[in-house]
Parts: sequence; structure tokens; C-alpha cells
Amino acid sequence: MKPGLRLKSLTPDAPLVEVQFGGEALMLPEGDNLAAALLAAGIDGFRQTPYQGVARAPYCMMGICFDCLLEVDGVSQQSCMVQVRAGMDLRPARQRREGPYASL
Amino acid sequence: MHRFDLAIVGAGPAGMAAAREAAEAGLKVALVDEQPRAGGQIYRNVGQAAQTYGAQLGKEYLRGVPLVEGIDHEAITHFSGHSVWAIEKGQLALNSPDGARQIGARCVLLATGAIERPMPVPGWTLPGVMGAGAAQIMLKQSGLAVENAVLVGSGPLLHLVAVQLLRAGAPPVALVETRQRRDSRRALLMWRLMLRAGRYIQRSLADLNELRNAGVPRHMACADVALLGERRVDTVSFSSGGRRQELSCDAALLHHGVVPHVQASRAAGVPHIWSDKIQAHVPVCDSWGRTEVPRVWVAGDGAWIGGARAAELSGRIAGLAIAHDLGFVHSPERDRRTSGWIEERDFELSLRPLIEKAFPPYAAALAPADNVTVCRCEEISAGEVRQAVRDGATGINHVKVSTRAGMGRCQGRMCAAALARIVVRESDAKIDEIGTLNARPPIKPVTLGALAGMRREAEGSEDD
Ligand SMILES: Cc1cc2nc3c(=O)[nH]c(=O)nc-3n(C[C@H](O)[C@H](O)[C@H](O)COP(=O)(O)OP(=O)(O)OC[C@H]3O[C@@H](n4cnc5c(N)ncnc54)[C@H](O)[C@@H]3O)c2cc1C
Ligand code: FES
Repeated sequence: MKPGLRLKSLTPDAPLVEVQFGGEALMLPEGDNLAAALLAAGIDGFRQTPYQGVARAPYCMMGICFDCLLEVDGVSQQSCMVQVRAGMDLRPARQRREGPYASL
Repeated sequence: MHRFDLAIVGAGPAGMAAAREAAEAGLKVALVDEQPRAGGQIYRNVGQAAQTYGAQLGKEYLRGVPLVEGIDHEAITHFSGHSVWAIEKGQLALNSPDGARQIGARCVLLATGAIERPMPVPGWTLPGVMGAGAAQIMLKQSGLAVENAVLVGSGPLLHLVAVQLLRAGAPPVALVETRQRRDSRRALLMWRLMLRAGRYIQRSLADLNELRNAGVPRHMACADVALLGERRVDTVSFSSGGRRQELSCDAALLHHGVVPHVQASRAAGVPHIWSDKIQAHVPVCDSWGRTEVPRVWVAGDGAWIGGARAAELSGRIAGLAIAHDLGFVHSPERDRRTSGWIEERDFELSLRPLIEKAFPPYAAALAPADNVTVCRCEEISAGEVRQAVRDGATGINHVKVSTRAGMGRCQGRMCAAALARIVVRESDAKIDEIGTLNARPPIKPVTLGALAGMRREAEGSEDD
């Protein structure tokens, strides 16, 4: 299995802060765009689709497609429209129509 | 509630230029944009990035610097990081990380720009597949260059993004270009236009030269594009010159033109018509940008695709025309000051047919095969939409209720044009007869908590 998106950073020295993604600690550049920072950290499962239950990852990066949807501190948000803050609690947005997440 | 003479939605070249002109004419202006910094798509983050990696992004990008400086004006309030989720009778509902609020304005100018034309091809929902413009956003905004990418589609932006990635030290694997040889021939027949478009053509040739010198392969006249991979994209497959080819990659970046982002103008009740040239719905307006809804105006690529320079000029024109309509500027002064801008804008617009001929959208993505997903939100395929029409669904909203296509979180931004084309083709109806997806507020996500906060503020405020 290949790793996620490979991204070359032109600004490697940004200060990092800790966030939780699906219960695991990640270090991301503070104030950076959340979707981009997660992609750079090798994450590519953001939204889980309602029927096939497959993972989606950011497609448009400008608030159009909703495929970057995450639960950010319990609220579903487009991660491409959010900036990284220390201590964020992030989870993939589960949109299964059945099961424990059916209400989302 | 704060009141303004003019509220502008979108701080791209159109919105920034309009804000400056209106403020100079004496209007109190609110400039609202959901991005944390002004610039819009072309000049995204230019205030920050110009110093650090402006060189990789190119000279055109740096033209945004004076526009951004121009909105630093005492009569302009810049609501950055605020999305507009409802527009009604001179009131705008905004949402930001700090909560929701409302502002009032005598006039509203929608300068919401363009979005990349969605490109439904097999496999386009796989992680690792993004818009080429999306990759460019990451570069401008975060200084992150997508490595090992295949760029697929057509249009000047496809070449520009390839060059920008190359300069950033992430040379693309290849370009898979969907324009056919006849497209170049058709463009060549427009030689008069080509002479007038000299500046753009030179730049475009320079980009292609840079790619060639760097050894980035360009596959021409490609068809049958499919993006393959188990859990994420790892291969781009296509046919070119009668041969099937496969390229391995870590990312596929799609692009085949841009279309107006009309969610805000739809929600404001502005009438839209289908444009065959743009292959999308566009808001109806006069040459100043005035729509049929009183005190609602449009400018920039959100009104008609004309590119960055035309967007800036149309913003200036609308800004001054609004100042005139509100009584800040007399007709002779408006006409004297706008005549040169109108001439230059119309010149810019007159070049567009060249781009439309040379870089048409990818035909197979305009009429996707049955197994291709068109509605990404609800995972509905083109085949399911066709079946619904065959089963008797007449208009686009009928298709929506029977298939759920267009019912998801994106409110049809990603699928509306595809649905319209399919319904028309399957049912022999005219495109203006099948209706459009409704855009109802909130057009941007807003939480109940934020709404409750807004209500409290409204109840408590005295100066309403
Ligand atoms: C992804 C992308 C990349 C592009 N890159 C280039 C490029 O490099 N070079 C080039 O020549 N052209 C580029 N273009 C074409 C571009 O459309 C124009 O050149 C130019 O940016 C148009 O200017 P504008 O002012 O009309 O809109 P834009 O520059 O698009 O500005 C519109 C602004 O409106 C804001 N907005 C939209 N809706 C809302 C809302 N509801 N609430 C709050 N704010 C909102 C957006 O955040 C955005 O900042 C690109 C287009 C796209 C879609
Ligand atoms: S990536 Fe499309 S909405 Fe965030």
C-alpha cells in the first residue's frame, strides 16, 4: 500500500501544535489550513460516505464539495475552511445512514 | 446591527476593486470573505506568500499585491473568515468561528468568483484525486506542492499549475490533455483574435516551453480517462493515438475550465440562464452588473467567466455604478471614469472565444458513462439519473427527489450542470424548461448554536 498524498513543503519551519485525529496524537503547523495539514500528515480518510461507506479526501479545497468533512470538536465542519488550533479533537465524519452514526 | 451602504461578498480581484472604488466615492463598505485573507482564487494569500514563495507562483500572482493594499481604507470594513449564508432584502447573515451575525446594506454586490468545473470521470471520487486548482490553493495557502501528480484535462490553468508545481520542486509525472487536434485547428482559424491575445499566448507558450525543457511529458488528444486504485488513486489510464496507456502516480489533478459559483446569486433570487459557451448557469445582469433583483449586483467570474483582469475591471465598474445609483456620483462622472474600464473589460471578454475553442471541456465528462458517479455527496451515478428520467422524472428537481442526486451537503454545486445535461439529453426537453436546483439558505454551514447567539444579539441590540 502506498502512503497518502506526497507533499513537498516550501515552509518547513512552522511551529507545530498537538491535535487528536481519531484518538491519536498528531503534530500540525499552527494556523495552517486544516485539510492541507492533515493531507501533509498522510491522512486521506476524511468523510465516510453514506451508502458505500468509503473514505473521501479533499477534492476542491475551497468549500464546495464537502468531501473534507470532519467532526471538529464534535461539530461537522469542512476542514478546508478551518485553521489548525492546538488541542483540536478531530474525527472522520461518518455519514452511514444506518448504525450508530445514522443521525449525522 | 451594523449598516453599510454596500456589502460585497467575495474579496477576489472583483470584490477588492469594487470596494476601493465605492469607498473612494464615499460609500461605507463591508467586504466579506470566508477566507482568512483577501485575494480570492488567483491572488489567494498573496499578502503573505508574496515574500516567501511568490517567485514560484509567478509575476501574474504578484499583481494582486496592490489590490490587497487598496482595501486598507478607512471606509472599508473587511470581514475576513466570514461566510455569507443568507442574503435577503438588504440583510446578510454571516458566520465565523466566533459565531453568527447580521449586517445590513443598501446594496449588495456578489463577487463570489468561479469554481472548477466538476470533472466526473471513472474513479474521480478516490482519495488522491483533486482539482488542479485545489492543488494550487494548497501551494498558495500552505506552501505545499503535490508531488508525483498526473494533471488531467484541458485549459490554461492546467498548464499554469503544472509550471507552478515544477518551480516548487515537485515536477508532475505528466500532463494528460483531453483537447483534440481539431481544437487547436479551430483556434488557429481565429488568427485575428490570436494577434490581439498576444500577451496571453506568449505567456502560455513560455509555460509550455518551461515544461518541455524540464522533460515533463505531455500526452495529447487523450480520451477514455479513468483513475484507478484500490483505496486511493495510484494509476491514470487513458488512450492516446490509438494506444491505451497507464501512468502510475500518487495524485491525479483534474481540470477542464471554470464556471461561475452561483450559489449566492441563486439564494438572493437572481434569475439565471444556461450558457452554452460556458456550459453552466449564469446570473442575468446588465453591463454594469445590475441584476433584476433590486439592489443586488454581480461582478467578476461569478457573473461571467472573463479571467482575473476582466474581474477586476468589472468590479471597478460595478463599484462606481452602485455609487451612482445611491446618489454619491453623478452620471457624467460615472460615465467619464468608467468608459476606459468598460473598453478594456470588453477587450478582455472578446478574447474568451479563443480559450473556449482551444481548451474545450473534456467531452466524456460532460456526458459521463452510466457507471460514473455524478453526485458525489449521495453517491448517485449517471446511469441512475438516466434511469430516473426514463421512468418519467421530468425536471431537475423531480430527478432530485427520485434519486437523491443534488440533495447532499454541497446543494448540487458539484452535480447541477451534469444533471441538467443528462435530463436534457434523455428527455428532449430544452435546458430552460427543466428548472434549476433550488438554493435555500443556509448556503454555507452554520450551527444551531451560532444561530441562537445571533438571535440573542439581535434582540439585545438597540441600534436596529
Ligand atoms: C481554484 C481556482 C484557481 C484559480 N487560479 C487562477 C490563477 O492562478 N490564475 C488566473 O488567472 N485565474 C485563476 N482562476 C480563475 C479565477 O476565477 C479568476 O482569475 C479570478 O480569481 C476571478 O476573480 P473574482 O474576483 O471574480 O473571484 P475570486 O477571485 O474567485 O474571489 C471570490 C471570493 O469570494 C469568496 N466567497 C464565495 N462565496 C462566498 C460566501 N458565500 N461567503 C463568503 N465569501 C465567499 C471566496 O472565498 C473568494 O475569495 C482560478 C479559479 C479557481 C476556481
Ligand atoms: S475540500 Fe471540498 S469542501 Fe473542503
